[in-house]
Amino acid sequence: MQHVSPIREPLVTGGKTYHDITEDVCRQVEAKPNVRWAAALAVALVGLAIFIYSVYRTLWYGIGEWGLNKTVGWAWDITNFVWWVGIGHAGTLISAILLLFRQKWRTSINRAAEAMTIFAVICAAMFPVLHMGRPWLAYWVLPLPNTFGSLWVNFNSPLLWDVFAISTYFSVSLVFWYIGLIPDFATIRDRAVGPIARRAYAVLSFGWTGSAKAWSRYETVSLILAGLATPLVLSVHTIVSMDFATSVIPGWHTTIFPPYFVAGAIFSGFAMVLTLMIITRKVFFLEDYITLEHVESMNKVIILTGSIVGIAYTTEFFIAWYSGVEYEQYAFINRAFGPYWWAYWSMMTCNVITPQLFWFRKIRRSLTATFIISIFVNIGMWFERFVIIVTSLHRDYLPSSWAMFSPTIIDIGVYVGTIGLFFTLFLLFAKFFPVVNMAEVKAILKSSSEVTHSHSKAATMHATDKDSNSNTHRNE
Amino acid sequence: MNKKFVLGIYDDEDVLLTAIENIRAAGTKIYDVFSPYPVHGIDDVLGIKRSRLPIVAFFGGLTGMSFALWMQIWMMGFDWPMIIGGKPHIALPSFIPVTFELTVLFSAFSMVITFFIVSNLKPSLKVNVFDKRSTDDKFVMAIEVKEGATDMEALNNLLRSNGAIEVNEKEVVK
Repeated sequence: MQHVSPIREPLVTGGKTYHDITEDVCRQVEAKPNVRWAAALAVALVGLAIFIYSVYRTLWYGIGEWGLNKTVGWAWDITNFVWWVGIGHAGTLISAILLLFRQKWRTSINRAAEAMTIFAVICAAMFPVLHMGRPWLAYWVLPLPNTFGSLWVNFNSPLLWDVFAISTYFSVSLVFWYIGLIPDFATIRDRAVGPIARRAYAVLSFGWTGSAKAWSRYETVSLILAGLATPLVLSVHTIVSMDFATSVIPGWHTTIFPPYFVAGAIFSGFAMVLTLMIITRKVFFLEDYITLEHVESMNKVIILTGSIVGIAYTTEFFIAWYSGVEYEQYAFINRAFGPYWWAYWSMMTCNVITPQLFWFRKIRRSLTATFIISIFVNIGMWFERFVIIVTSLHRDYLPSSWAMFSPTIIDIGVYVGTIGLFFTLFLLFAKFFPVVNMAEVKAILKSSSEVTHSHSKAATMHATDKDSNSNTHRNE
Repeated sequence: MNKKFVLGIYDDEDVLLTAIENIRAAGTKIYDVFSPYPVHGIDDVLGIKRSRLPIVAFFGGLTGMSFALWMQIWMMGFDWPMIIGGKPHIALPSFIPVTFELTVLFSAFSMVITFFIVSNLKPSLKVNVFDKRSTDDKFVMAIEVKEGATDMEALNNLLRSNGAIEVNEKEVVK
């Protein structure tokens, strides 16, 4: 029976039935691509072309094409790597942690957020692989017996931990995402008219029939994968932060890095989810599934993680002073007032001040404001990585080797190029895969939607009343 | 041999759950129920036992952990011992990240592969769906018909009196 809660807003609006959900989500998979999608893909393909050209230059002429120098041996590339990995984390967070916490609002957004994870990790992986200079030898990072005798990889190195962390994270996320897609592929398969579509989705759906026994196992698998993915998310960014924290560079050698990086990752990831979702719901007419309630919930996560990040910045500064280590103190004063002061203060403005605007309900529920702030957060988190990496390296213990880093056009090309790669993949996903997890939305429909195809007349009437009363503040 | 099924079509999960209870109480064996999403409480009324996949995941994880520890201790401590960064050959704290990752990897993959095998899920063109609406908005209850032994009229009535909006027959070529 339809349940109307006085304090909770419906998660699915517009009085949908199960069939409406199927229709709404399958529409863009089945229909011819719309103009807005094609235009977006064209722009993304330009980005992809930039990526291919920049990678070609990097590989053909070597990483001398980048602005790295002897002092700043890690720069733009590792900044981008950490940034992309961080963005990826929100997807797993939404699908895994919120599943464990039984948060129903995750259902409409988890599919797209997980896709974002997969694509962000692909983009992230490009940077360390290209930084090797000879990526065709990338398999050397694996513990394989080799021709030099039984010389093994170094398991004491955080960079090797990264190899294991990122590849495990990628494969587990991919499997988690795919298992969630199987029932929805079956829905599309059973609706498909063309022979190519029918065959393609038949193969993709793995012969799913939706029998009760399979659903029961499916739910067990989802829950355990969520349980495994949750510590995995935390471990991945913790290990990424250890790349820095286990070194002895002032500004890197800190115990606060693991939690601080994880909070930052969730922060930037949610911002990216918001950026994408606000566009997706408009382009694919999914306003009834990705509602203001969803946007508001995500904005609340942004306030929380943004504040954690803000506290972490302050703590770092305080500990630098409190430790009494002059190198540490210098590193932090140099960050704020040295040659890279503009990067530091961009980071502070975008990450600490802007998200605090979400304390106002009006801003939290405004799509335009959310979109702008989410972009600010993405920029701010990029600067955070840049500040940590470049400002700590450019002035090390030896003043004679102090240097400044400035990116070359190829540096910028690879970065902009991965954004093109990301959007190309995301747009293809959005066209050929169901963007909203139909099965999960159907499962919450009766308890959390506006008006269902309720067989109880009274409940329907009640819900309709409630709807007209609350419409005033729900209108965009 | 061809198998014949009677399909009861439902359009509401609560009606479906009561129907399953009543039909099973009436002594009719339900072959399977197909639904567009996981219906909560269906395991109990259909008598589906708790899945043992968590056990698979546990032992998969245990295998991964043992393998990772053995690999690192053997490679770094015995096969090619080298002191790196002043750490002892067998530096257990350094081995924790890789051990953790492989535990998760083995656990997840062993469970998922087992899930695919036991649920008979594989990429294939031939899919035997009883009623295509069961992946859209209907709940389909399939009851196997024994030639000569089943009273079709009574079965039809039983399904309809328990809220089925349609009752169909379907033959499946095995």
